[in-house]
Parts: sequence; structure tokens; C-alpha cells
Amino acid sequence: MHRHRRRLLTIVTESAIESRLTKDLDRWGAHGYTITDARGKGARGIREGNWEGNRNIRIEVVCDEDTARHIADHLREDYYDHYAMILYHSDVEIMRPEKF
Amino acid sequence: MLDPVVLFFLLGVTAGVLKSELRLPVQVYELLSILLLLAIGMKGGIELARQPFFELVPQMLAVIALGFVLPFLVYPILMGPGRMPRADAASIAAHYGSVSVGTFAVVVAYLAARDIAYEAYMPLFVVLLEVPAILVGIAMAKGLRGTTGWKASTHEVLLGKSIVLLVGGLLIGWLVGEEGIKPLEPLFFHPFQGLLALFLLEMGLVTASHLGSLRRYGLFLLAFGVVTPIVFATIGVVLGWLLGLSMGGAVVLATLAASASYIAVPAAMRISVPEANPALSLAASLGVTFPFNVILGIPLYHALSEQFYRYTGAS
Repeated sequence: MHRHRRRLLTIVTESAIESRLTKDLDRWGAHGYTITDARGKGARGIREGNWEGNRNIRIEVVCDEDTARHIADHLREDYYDHYAMILYHSDVEIMRPEKF
Repeated sequence: MLDPVVLFFLLGVTAGVLKSELRLPVQVYELLSILLLLAIGMKGGIELARQPFFELVPQMLAVIALGFVLPFLVYPILMGPGRMPRADAASIAAHYGSVSVGTFAVVVAYLAARDIAYEAYMPLFVVLLEVPAILVGIAMAKGLRGTTGWKASTHEVLLGKSIVLLVGGLLIGWLVGEEGIKPLEPLFFHPFQGLLALFLLEMGLVTASHLGSLRRYGLFLLAFGVVTPIVFATIGVVLGWLLGLSMGGAVVLATLAASASYIAVPAAMRISVPEANPALSLAASLGVTFPFNVILGIPLYHALSEQFYRYTGAS
């Protein structure tokens, strides 16, 4: 079966901005995303996720190279300064190109 | 007299400070807060059904006005002696102008344990006090012209968990009345103190996790977190008296004025005033003011209200 290359964007950030961020992702051309609860430690301290005030989420987006760059640029501009957020990219292979 | 629920809070704080493994599952905490919010809402609704609604309008307007005024009293102090950036001062002002439902639940339990009567429709005031300070805080940070964030933030607050459940509970209680609510009592009302004890255990653990950041921000925040609730409570007692509330009602209003939000306002500020540092405002509201109110504040406001009512000859 033929495989296609896409980019996987993984964003780890505060759950407080989930609804705003997902709206932005739609606007910036993501066809879909997957969100999971996350816990961990970073530059802004330990986020245990034990109550509603300090929960983290991990958002995964699979998209083409251009969209990935577009999203990353916007995130850097609009979110990096004020929110706890990290972003990393990786290459993935998918089988149904029309979905991503 | 020591309240058992306060001891549960202290247990949580102690366990947290000692880095115990103790933790309530997130879903349990969620369920506890949903049950408490609905129970508080329905209690208020039942009482509302007994009241001619229009007679409450002057009190409601006064409480809304209180919500708008309180942030203005602390903003200059945070900017001046506190030397805080504008966004942080505005955010903390919003936290202190708004309310904490957890603290409200504790004062209700406190009064119930002492058989002190209060106006049972006061959950309505919790709803009314929650929102105005948030709007003031955003305006302080952004100016009135900066419209960005208003819509998202209003939506966030009005459809946030606490408002939806409190207003929903109020309406349900109001519609079905005391008789109608009877079948729900075993779940919502009989175990109220036990649910509150567990909730405060978890709040103790959360409070302990914010004590660390308090050390970083120092004495000003500590003093601010203790003095502000005392001043606001005094305003609450006087306002309660002016509005013709009972002595117990004045204690509740004082506690509402003294309490600082740690759920609804932080969430709204994250969205509308992202440049404000959330660790700073939570260290004050959750690390100082919440424990102060629960342990010392409420008995103090009770004594204050009692003295004031005795002095003025009201009952």
C-alpha cells in the first residue's frame, strides 16, 4: 500500500486555552486534532493536573508541511509569550492523504 | 469549637506540605464540586420560591454594585505599594472582587453548626458577585476600548461550570420548591458536610502546592492576602446591615466580600489578560486568602458582625 509523508505537530499547553486554541487551529488549516490530558514538568514548574486550575493538554495535529509551518508561526506569534506551551514536529506516514 | 471540615482542610495542607502521596482522583474532585454547587444552588432556589422576588431587587443591585466597587479598592494598592505591573494588579483585583464558592460552603456549614439563621436565598448573591469583578479586571488591564477578549471571556464566565450549576440549581429549587426537592435530599443535602470535608481535604492539598510560589513573592502578597479580606468583610458587614439582613446574613455577605476567586477568575484572566502571571494571583487567593478565611476569617467575621449588630441595636 502506498504511504504518504505528513508532519505531526504536538503541542503541550494549558487546558485553560483549549477552546480558543482549537478554534485557531481550525482557522489555520488543520483538518483535525486529537487532545489528551497531560501532566509533567517544564519551565513554568510542575503541572500535576490534579485540579482544574493547573491542567495541561497535549494536542496532536497531522497535516502537510505548509500547514504545519503556518500553525507553528502563528503559535509563536500569538501564544508563546504568555502561555505555558511547547511544540515539536516529527515526520509521520499516513495511508489516506485525503484526510490530512 | 473546632469545625471538623476545617480539620479536613488542615489535614490536606499538612499532607501536601509533607509531600504525602495522598491525592483525590480528578473525577472525584469534579463530582464533589458539582454536587456542592448544585446543592448550594437548590438550597437558595427553595428559599427564593418563598420570597416575593421584587422585594429582593434592591439587595441584588447593591450586591452587584459591591462586585464592581471592590476591585477598585485594591487596584491602587497593588500598583502603588505592591509595585506590580498593570496586568497583574488588574488580575488580582478581579480575583478579590469576585467570590469563592468553596468559602461560601464553609461559612454556611459554620453557621449551620451553630444554629445561626441567615437569609437562605444568599446563593443568589454568589452568582451576582462572581461576574462584575471579572469585567472590571479586564477593563483595568485592557482599557474600555480594547474589545478583544470580552466575548470569549464573557462566554467563559457565564457558561463556566460554577455559574451554570449554581443558576441551574437555583432555578430547579425555585421551580419545584421544598416538597418537590425531597427525593433528592439523600444525595445532595444529607451528606453535604461530608462532601464538603472531602472537598476541603483536596483544597488543602492544592493550597499546599501553592505555598511554594508564595515564598517567591514575599511579604507584600502575604500581608495583602490577609488584610484585604478583613477590610472587605467589614464592608460586607456594614452593607449587610444597611440592607436589613440578619446578623447571620451579614456574616455570609462579609465572607463573600472577603473571599477571593480561585477557579472562575483565573480561567477568565488566562484568556483575556494572558500577560498577567497566574502563579502570582493564585499564590495570594489560594495560598493565603482561602486558608485564612477558612481557618480564622469566618470566626472573625462572625465576631465582627455580632459586635456591630449589638452596637447598632439591630438583631
